[in-house]
Amino acid sequence: MNDEAKKVVTDPLLNNNPIALQILGVCSALAVTSKLETSLMMSLALTSVLVCSNAAISLIRNHIPSSIRIIVQMTIIASLVIVVDQMLKAFAFNISKQMSVFVGLIITNCIVLGRAEAFAMKNRPGLSFLDGLGNALGYSLILIIVGTTRELFGSGTLLGYQVFPLVTAGGWFYPVGIMLLPPSAFFIIGLFIWWLRTWKTAQLEQAEYRIHVVHRTEVI
Amino acid sequence: MEGYLSLFIKSVFVENLALAFFLGMCTFLAVSKKIETALGLGVAVVVVQGITVPANNFIYQFLLRDGALAWAGLPEVNLSFLGLISYIGVIAAMVQILEMALDRFFPALYSALGIFLPLITVNCAILGGTLFMVERNYAFGESVVYGLGTGVGWGLALIALAGIREKLKYSDVPEGLQGLGITFITVGLMALGFMAFSGI
Repeated sequence: MNDEAKKVVTDPLLNNNPIALQILGVCSALAVTSKLETSLMMSLALTSVLVCSNAAISLIRNHIPSSIRIIVQMTIIASLVIVVDQMLKAFAFNISKQMSVFVGLIITNCIVLGRAEAFAMKNRPGLSFLDGLGNALGYSLILIIVGTTRELFGSGTLLGYQVFPLVTAGGWFYPVGIMLLPPSAFFIIGLFIWWLRTWKTAQLEQAEYRIHVVHRTEVI
Repeated sequence: MEGYLSLFIKSVFVENLALAFFLGMCTFLAVSKKIETALGLGVAVVVVQGITVPANNFIYQFLLRDGALAWAGLPEVNLSFLGLISYIGVIAAMVQILEMALDRFFPALYSALGIFLPLITVNCAILGGTLFMVERNYAFGESVVYGLGTGVGWGLALIALAGIREKLKYSDVPEGLQGLGITFITVGLMALGFMAFSGI
Protein backbone atom coordinates (compact mmCIF):
# COMPACT_ATOMS: atom_id res chain seq x y z
CA MET A 1 0.00 0.00 0.00
CA ASN A 2 1.55 3.32 -1.00
CA ASP A 3 1.66 6.44 1.12
CA GLU A 4 -1.28 8.20 -0.52
CA ALA A 5 -3.63 5.29 -0.01
CA LYS A 6 -2.46 4.86 3.57
CA LYS A 7 -3.13 8.52 4.27
CA VAL A 8 -6.61 8.31 2.75
CA VAL A 9 -7.51 5.46 5.07
CA THR A 10 -5.92 6.64 8.30
CA ASP A 11 -6.60 10.38 8.09
CA PRO A 12 -10.33 10.22 8.86
CA LEU A 13 -9.70 8.20 12.02
CA LEU A 14 -8.44 11.02 14.22
CA ASN A 15 -7.05 13.87 12.10
CA ASN A 16 -10.14 14.47 10.00
CA ASN A 17 -12.84 12.52 11.77
CA PRO A 18 -16.22 12.75 10.01
CA ILE A 19 -18.14 13.27 13.25
CA ALA A 20 -15.71 15.20 15.41
CA LEU A 21 -14.39 17.59 12.77
CA GLN A 22 -16.48 17.50 9.59
CA ILE A 23 -19.83 17.40 11.48
CA LEU A 24 -21.13 14.72 9.14
CA GLY A 25 -23.44 11.87 10.08
CA VAL A 26 -24.08 12.91 13.64
CA CYS A 27 -27.75 11.89 13.76
CA SER A 28 -27.40 8.16 13.66
CA ALA A 29 -24.27 8.30 15.80
CA LEU A 30 -26.40 9.43 18.71
CA ALA A 31 -29.61 7.54 18.30
CA VAL A 32 -28.47 3.92 18.07
CA THR A 33 -25.65 3.97 20.62
CA SER A 34 -27.44 3.03 23.81
CA LYS A 35 -26.13 -0.51 23.29
CA LEU A 36 -22.85 -1.75 21.85
CA GLU A 37 -24.61 -4.34 19.71
CA THR A 38 -26.69 -1.83 17.77
CA SER A 39 -23.68 0.49 17.47
CA LEU A 40 -21.63 -2.30 15.91
CA MET A 41 -24.43 -3.24 13.55
CA MET A 42 -24.92 0.38 12.52
CA SER A 43 -21.18 0.77 11.87
CA LEU A 44 -21.22 -2.36 9.76
CA ALA A 45 -24.25 -1.19 7.77
CA LEU A 46 -22.79 2.24 7.17
CA THR A 47 -19.39 0.83 6.22
CA SER A 48 -20.86 -1.41 3.55
CA VAL A 49 -23.04 1.36 2.13
CA LEU A 50 -20.29 4.00 2.15
CA VAL A 51 -17.63 1.76 0.60
CA CYS A 52 -19.93 0.53 -2.17
CA SER A 53 -21.46 3.93 -2.92
CA ASN A 54 -18.08 5.66 -3.08
CA ALA A 55 -16.72 3.01 -5.43
CA ALA A 56 -19.85 2.94 -7.61
CA ILE A 57 -20.15 6.71 -7.91
CA SER A 58 -16.46 7.02 -8.67
CA LEU A 59 -16.77 4.41 -11.43
CA ILE A 60 -19.39 6.41 -13.32
CA ARG A 61 -18.19 9.87 -12.29
CA ASN A 62 -17.26 10.89 -15.82
CA HIS A 63 -20.67 9.99 -17.17
CA ILE A 64 -22.84 11.91 -14.66
CA PRO A 65 -24.05 15.30 -15.94
CA SER A 66 -23.36 17.74 -13.14
CA SER A 67 -26.86 19.23 -13.15
CA ILE A 68 -28.48 15.97 -12.05
CA ARG A 69 -25.60 14.51 -10.07
CA ILE A 70 -27.31 14.78 -6.68
CA ILE A 71 -30.28 12.73 -7.88
CA VAL A 72 -28.01 10.11 -9.45
CA GLN A 73 -26.00 9.85 -6.24
CA MET A 74 -29.14 9.64 -4.13
CA THR A 75 -30.51 6.84 -6.31
CA ILE A 76 -27.32 4.80 -5.97
CA ILE A 77 -27.19 5.36 -2.23
CA ALA A 78 -30.89 4.62 -1.73
CA SER A 79 -30.59 1.35 -3.66
CA LEU A 80 -27.61 0.25 -1.55
CA VAL A 81 -29.46 1.14 1.65
CA ILE A 82 -32.48 -0.88 0.55
CA VAL A 83 -30.19 -3.90 0.05
CA VAL A 84 -28.68 -3.46 3.51
CA ASP A 85 -32.10 -2.93 5.08
CA GLN A 86 -33.52 -6.08 3.50
CA MET A 87 -30.42 -8.09 4.52
CA LEU A 88 -30.77 -6.95 8.12
CA LYS A 89 -34.46 -7.79 8.14
CA ALA A 90 -33.67 -11.25 6.78
CA PHE A 91 -30.70 -12.22 8.95
CA ALA A 92 -30.84 -10.05 12.08
CA PHE A 93 -34.49 -9.26 12.54
CA ASN A 94 -34.33 -8.36 16.26
CA ILE A 95 -31.54 -5.85 15.80
CA SER A 96 -33.24 -4.42 12.77
CA LYS A 97 -36.37 -3.87 14.89
CA GLN A 98 -34.33 -2.11 17.59
CA MET A 99 -32.71 0.19 15.06
CA SER A 100 -36.18 1.00 13.66
CA VAL A 101 -35.98 3.83 11.14
CA PHE A 102 -32.29 4.50 11.50
CA VAL A 103 -31.19 1.97 8.89
CA GLY A 104 -33.30 3.79 6.32
CA LEU A 105 -31.83 7.06 7.49
CA ILE A 106 -28.38 6.01 6.24
CA ILE A 107 -29.64 7.48 2.94
CA THR A 108 -29.64 10.94 4.43
CA ASN A 109 -26.53 10.30 6.49
CA CYS A 110 -24.44 13.23 5.39
CA ILE A 111 -21.24 11.18 5.43
CA VAL A 112 -22.36 9.15 2.43
CA LEU A 113 -23.44 12.06 0.23
CA GLY A 114 -20.67 14.27 1.61
CA ARG A 115 -17.92 11.81 0.66
CA ALA A 116 -19.54 11.14 -2.71
CA GLU A 117 -19.55 14.86 -3.49
CA ALA A 118 -16.20 15.73 -1.98
CA PHE A 119 -14.12 12.71 -2.93
CA ALA A 120 -15.69 10.10 -5.19
CA MET A 121 -16.62 12.61 -7.90
CA LYS A 122 -12.97 13.61 -8.30
CA ASN A 123 -10.93 10.48 -7.68
CA ARG A 124 -10.44 7.06 -9.22
CA PRO A 125 -12.47 4.09 -7.91
CA GLY A 126 -9.67 2.37 -5.93
CA LEU A 127 -8.85 5.48 -3.96
CA SER A 128 -12.53 6.31 -3.44
CA PHE A 129 -13.07 2.82 -2.07
CA LEU A 130 -10.29 3.42 0.47
CA ASP A 131 -11.65 6.87 1.32
CA GLY A 132 -15.03 5.32 2.00
CA LEU A 133 -13.39 2.70 4.19
CA GLY A 134 -11.39 5.29 6.13
CA ASN A 135 -14.36 7.54 6.81
CA ALA A 136 -16.54 4.61 7.76
CA LEU A 137 -13.85 3.51 10.23
CA GLY A 138 -13.65 7.00 11.70
CA TYR A 139 -17.43 6.97 12.13
CA SER A 140 -17.38 3.47 13.61
CA LEU A 141 -14.64 4.48 16.05
CA ILE A 142 -16.87 7.14 17.61
CA LEU A 143 -19.94 4.90 17.55
CA ILE A 144 -18.06 2.13 19.35
CA ILE A 145 -16.61 4.50 21.96
CA VAL A 146 -20.04 5.99 22.69
CA GLY A 147 -21.80 2.62 22.57
CA THR A 148 -19.30 0.98 24.92
CA THR A 149 -19.44 3.83 27.43
CA ARG A 150 -23.23 4.00 27.43
CA GLU A 151 -23.85 0.29 27.75
CA LEU A 152 -21.08 -0.32 30.30
CA PHE A 153 -22.05 2.47 32.67
CA GLY A 154 -25.75 2.49 31.88
CA SER A 155 -26.51 -1.14 32.54
CA GLY A 156 -23.18 -2.72 33.52
CA THR A 157 -23.15 -5.02 30.52
CA LEU A 158 -21.22 -5.31 27.27
CA LEU A 159 -22.86 -6.99 24.29
CA GLY A 160 -25.39 -8.36 26.76
CA TYR A 161 -22.84 -9.98 29.11
CA GLN A 162 -22.81 -8.71 32.69
CA VAL A 163 -19.44 -7.03 33.33
CA PHE A 164 -20.22 -5.10 36.51
CA PRO A 165 -22.46 -7.03 38.94
CA LEU A 166 -25.53 -4.89 39.68
CA VAL A 167 -26.63 -3.98 43.19
CA THR A 168 -30.04 -5.46 42.52
CA ALA A 169 -28.35 -8.80 41.82
CA GLY A 170 -26.15 -8.67 44.92
CA GLY A 171 -23.17 -6.87 43.33
CA TRP A 172 -21.66 -3.42 43.89
CA PHE A 173 -22.55 -1.47 40.75
CA TYR A 174 -25.27 1.17 40.72
CA PRO A 175 -26.27 1.71 37.07
CA VAL A 176 -25.88 5.30 35.89
CA GLY A 177 -29.36 5.92 34.59
CA ILE A 178 -28.53 8.98 32.50
CA MET A 179 -26.25 6.90 30.28
CA LEU A 180 -29.28 5.11 28.87
CA LEU A 181 -31.00 8.39 28.10
CA PRO A 182 -30.33 10.00 24.73
CA PRO A 183 -28.66 13.23 26.00
CA SER A 184 -25.68 11.33 27.41
CA ALA A 185 -24.49 10.65 23.87
CA PHE A 186 -24.07 14.40 23.35
CA PHE A 187 -21.98 14.74 26.49
CA ILE A 188 -19.76 11.79 25.56
CA ILE A 189 -19.13 13.12 22.05
CA GLY A 190 -18.62 16.66 23.38
CA LEU A 191 -16.02 15.43 25.86
CA PHE A 192 -14.40 13.25 23.18
CA ILE A 193 -14.04 16.30 20.96
CA TRP A 194 -12.53 18.20 23.86
CA TRP A 195 -9.96 15.47 24.44
CA LEU A 196 -9.20 15.13 20.73
CA ARG A 197 -8.69 18.84 20.23
CA THR A 198 -6.53 19.19 23.31
CA TRP A 199 -4.30 16.50 21.81
CA LYS A 200 -4.45 17.57 18.15
CA THR A 201 -4.34 21.33 18.52
CA ALA A 202 -4.61 21.92 14.76
CA GLN A 203 -8.35 21.22 15.04
CA LEU A 204 -9.01 24.04 17.51
CA GLU A 205 -11.61 26.60 16.44
CA GLN A 206 -10.78 30.24 16.87
CA ALA A 207 -13.06 32.08 19.26
CA GLU A 208 -15.03 34.88 17.62
CA TYR A 209 -14.34 37.21 20.50
CA ARG A 210 -11.34 37.23 22.76
CA ILE A 211 -12.15 37.62 26.40
CA HIS A 212 -10.13 40.54 27.64
CA VAL A 213 -8.73 39.69 31.02
CA VAL A 214 -8.96 42.64 33.39
CA HIS A 215 -6.99 42.40 36.59
CA ARG A 216 -8.85 43.59 39.59
CA THR A 217 -6.18 46.11 40.54
CA GLU A 218 -6.57 47.87 37.20
CA VAL A 219 -10.30 48.31 37.70
CA ILE A 220 -9.90 49.78 41.11
CA MET B 1 -60.13 16.70 17.32
CA GLU B 2 -58.64 16.07 20.74
CA GLY B 3 -56.60 13.23 19.29
CA TYR B 4 -55.11 15.56 16.68
CA LEU B 5 -54.27 18.17 19.29
CA SER B 6 -52.48 15.71 21.53
CA LEU B 7 -50.63 14.28 18.53
CA PHE B 8 -49.50 17.80 17.65
CA ILE B 9 -48.27 18.54 21.17
CA LYS B 10 -46.60 15.15 21.30
CA SER B 11 -44.75 15.66 18.04
CA VAL B 12 -43.62 19.18 18.96
CA PHE B 13 -42.42 18.60 22.51
CA VAL B 14 -42.39 14.99 23.71
CA GLU B 15 -41.05 13.42 20.54
CA ASN B 16 -39.11 16.38 19.29
CA LEU B 17 -37.23 15.12 16.24
CA ALA B 18 -34.09 17.08 17.01
CA LEU B 19 -33.78 16.65 20.75
CA ALA B 20 -35.40 13.26 21.37
CA PHE B 21 -34.48 11.39 18.18
CA PHE B 22 -31.44 13.39 17.04
CA LEU B 23 -32.63 13.77 13.50
CA GLY B 24 -31.26 16.48 11.26
CA MET B 25 -28.32 16.92 13.60
CA CYS B 26 -25.78 17.87 10.95
CA THR B 27 -27.77 20.88 9.80
CA PHE B 28 -28.86 21.48 13.38
CA LEU B 29 -25.26 21.92 14.52
CA ALA B 30 -23.99 23.65 11.40
CA VAL B 31 -26.72 26.26 10.82
CA SER B 32 -27.39 27.38 14.39
CA LYS B 33 -24.87 30.18 14.66
CA LYS B 34 -27.32 33.04 14.04
CA ILE B 35 -30.99 33.39 15.00
CA GLU B 36 -31.91 34.93 11.64
CA THR B 37 -30.68 32.05 9.50
CA ALA B 38 -32.07 29.58 12.00
CA LEU B 39 -35.48 31.18 11.64
CA GLY B 40 -35.33 30.95 7.84
CA LEU B 41 -34.33 27.31 7.90
CA GLY B 42 -36.94 26.55 10.57
CA VAL B 43 -39.74 27.97 8.42
CA ALA B 44 -38.48 26.07 5.36
CA VAL B 45 -38.45 22.80 7.32
CA VAL B 46 -42.01 23.35 8.60
CA VAL B 47 -43.24 23.91 5.04
CA VAL B 48 -41.38 20.97 3.50
CA GLN B 49 -42.25 18.62 6.35
CA GLY B 50 -45.91 19.68 6.22
CA ILE B 51 -46.05 18.76 2.51
CA THR B 52 -43.85 15.68 2.26
CA VAL B 53 -45.19 13.64 5.17
CA PRO B 54 -48.81 13.71 3.91
CA ALA B 55 -47.60 13.18 0.31
CA ASN B 56 -45.58 10.13 1.34
CA ASN B 57 -48.50 8.92 3.42
CA PHE B 58 -50.65 9.08 0.31
CA ILE B 59 -48.08 7.10 -1.70
CA TYR B 60 -47.72 4.54 1.07
CA GLN B 61 -51.45 4.03 1.55
CA PHE B 62 -52.34 3.76 -2.12
CA LEU B 63 -49.25 2.32 -3.83
CA LEU B 64 -46.70 0.67 -1.59
CA ARG B 65 -48.46 -0.92 1.37
CA ASP B 66 -49.12 -4.66 1.44
CA GLY B 67 -52.34 -5.04 -0.57
CA ALA B 68 -52.50 -1.33 -1.33
CA LEU B 69 -52.83 -1.92 -5.05
CA ALA B 70 -56.19 -3.64 -4.57
CA TRP B 71 -57.89 -0.65 -6.26
CA ALA B 72 -55.95 -1.49 -9.42
CA GLY B 73 -56.97 -5.13 -9.28
CA LEU B 74 -53.64 -6.35 -7.85
CA PRO B 75 -54.41 -7.24 -4.21
CA GLU B 76 -51.38 -9.52 -3.78
CA VAL B 77 -48.67 -7.06 -4.70
CA ASN B 78 -46.49 -5.75 -1.88
CA LEU B 79 -44.18 -2.96 -2.97
CA SER B 80 -43.11 -1.82 0.50
CA PHE B 81 -39.45 -2.61 -0.26
CA LEU B 82 -39.52 0.30 -2.70
CA GLY B 83 -40.43 2.63 0.17
CA LEU B 84 -37.09 4.28 0.86
CA ILE B 85 -36.32 5.13 -2.74
CA SER B 86 -39.79 6.54 -3.42
CA TYR B 87 -39.83 8.64 -0.25
CA ILE B 88 -36.49 10.22 -1.00
CA GLY B 89 -37.63 10.81 -4.56
CA VAL B 90 -40.78 12.55 -3.34
CA ILE B 91 -38.77 14.66 -0.92
CA ALA B 92 -36.25 15.70 -3.56
CA ALA B 93 -39.05 16.50 -6.02
CA MET B 94 -41.07 18.45 -3.43
CA VAL B 95 -38.08 20.53 -2.45
CA GLN B 96 -37.41 21.27 -6.10
CA ILE B 97 -41.05 22.24 -6.77
CA LEU B 98 -41.21 24.34 -3.64
CA GLU B 99 -38.05 26.11 -4.71
CA MET B 100 -39.51 26.95 -8.11
CA ALA B 101 -42.87 28.00 -6.66
CA LEU B 102 -41.25 30.28 -4.10
CA ASP B 103 -39.00 31.78 -6.74
CA ARG B 104 -42.02 32.57 -8.90
CA PHE B 105 -44.55 33.76 -6.30
CA PHE B 106 -42.65 34.79 -3.16
CA PRO B 107 -39.24 36.03 -4.33
CA ALA B 108 -38.56 37.74 -1.00
CA LEU B 109 -38.96 34.54 0.97
CA TYR B 110 -37.00 32.66 -1.69
CA SER B 111 -33.98 34.89 -1.39
CA ALA B 112 -34.22 34.79 2.40
CA LEU B 113 -34.09 30.99 2.46
CA GLY B 114 -31.37 30.86 -0.19
CA ILE B 115 -29.08 27.87 0.11
CA PHE B 116 -31.13 26.17 2.84
CA LEU B 117 -33.89 24.95 0.57
CA PRO B 118 -31.82 22.45 -1.45
CA LEU B 119 -30.03 21.40 1.75
CA ILE B 120 -33.34 20.22 3.19
CA THR B 121 -33.33 17.22 0.83
CA VAL B 122 -30.54 15.62 2.83
CA ASN B 123 -31.92 16.66 6.20
CA CYS B 124 -32.64 13.41 8.03
CA ALA B 125 -35.48 15.05 9.97
CA ILE B 126 -37.57 15.10 6.80
CA LEU B 127 -36.99 11.48 5.83
CA GLY B 128 -37.17 10.51 9.51
CA GLY B 129 -40.61 12.08 9.86
CA THR B 130 -41.83 10.07 6.88
CA LEU B 131 -40.34 6.82 8.18
CA PHE B 132 -41.88 7.28 11.63
CA MET B 133 -45.21 8.01 9.96
CA VAL B 134 -44.95 4.73 8.03
CA GLU B 135 -43.77 2.74 11.05
CA ARG B 136 -46.69 3.94 13.16
CA ASN B 137 -49.19 3.58 10.35
CA TYR B 138 -50.77 7.02 10.66
CA ALA B 139 -53.95 7.79 8.71
CA PHE B 140 -53.92 10.71 6.28
CA GLY B 141 -55.33 13.30 8.72
CA GLU B 142 -52.88 12.26 11.41
CA SER B 143 -49.99 12.46 8.97
CA VAL B 144 -50.80 16.11 8.18
CA VAL B 145 -50.77 16.98 11.89
CA TYR B 146 -47.66 14.88 12.52
CA GLY B 147 -45.80 16.48 9.61
CA LEU B 148 -46.57 20.02 10.76
CA GLY B 149 -45.90 19.17 14.41
CA THR B 150 -42.49 17.62 13.82
CA GLY B 151 -41.54 20.52 11.55
CA VAL B 152 -42.51 23.08 14.18
CA GLY B 153 -40.71 21.12 16.90
CA TRP B 154 -37.50 20.90 14.88
CA GLY B 155 -37.61 24.59 13.98
CA LEU B 156 -38.27 25.53 17.60
CA ALA B 157 -35.29 23.53 18.83
CA LEU B 158 -33.07 25.05 16.13
CA ILE B 159 -34.03 28.61 17.02
CA ALA B 160 -33.58 27.94 20.73
CA LEU B 161 -30.09 26.55 20.13
CA ALA B 162 -29.21 29.53 17.91
CA GLY B 163 -30.30 31.87 20.72
CA ILE B 164 -28.08 30.08 23.20
CA ARG B 165 -25.11 30.04 20.84
CA GLU B 166 -25.41 33.76 20.16
CA LYS B 167 -24.98 34.40 23.86
CA LEU B 168 -22.37 31.68 24.23
CA LYS B 169 -19.84 33.34 21.96
CA TYR B 170 -19.22 36.00 24.57
CA SER B 171 -18.33 33.48 27.26
CA ASP B 172 -14.96 32.11 28.20
CA VAL B 173 -15.00 28.51 27.02
CA PRO B 174 -11.95 26.22 27.49
CA GLU B 175 -9.83 26.14 24.35
CA GLY B 176 -10.45 22.57 23.19
CA LEU B 177 -14.16 22.86 23.79
CA GLN B 178 -14.71 25.98 21.71
CA GLY B 179 -17.09 25.73 18.78
CA LEU B 180 -18.32 22.22 18.17
CA GLY B 181 -17.52 20.72 21.57
CA ILE B 182 -19.47 23.19 23.66
CA THR B 183 -22.33 23.04 21.15
CA PHE B 184 -22.64 19.30 21.68
CA ILE B 185 -22.79 19.75 25.43
CA THR B 186 -25.34 22.57 25.11
CA VAL B 187 -27.56 20.39 22.94
CA GLY B 188 -27.22 17.60 25.50
CA LEU B 189 -28.46 19.92 28.24
CA MET B 190 -31.31 21.10 26.02
CA ALA B 191 -32.27 17.51 25.34
CA LEU B 192 -32.32 16.84 29.09
CA GLY B 193 -34.62 19.84 29.47
CA PHE B 194 -36.93 18.59 26.73
CA MET B 195 -37.18 15.23 28.46
CA ALA B 196 -39.20 16.96 31.12
CA PHE B 197 -42.02 17.18 28.57
CA SER B 198 -42.33 13.42 28.40
CA GLY B 199 -44.55 13.59 31.48
CA ILE B 200 -47.30 15.40 29.55
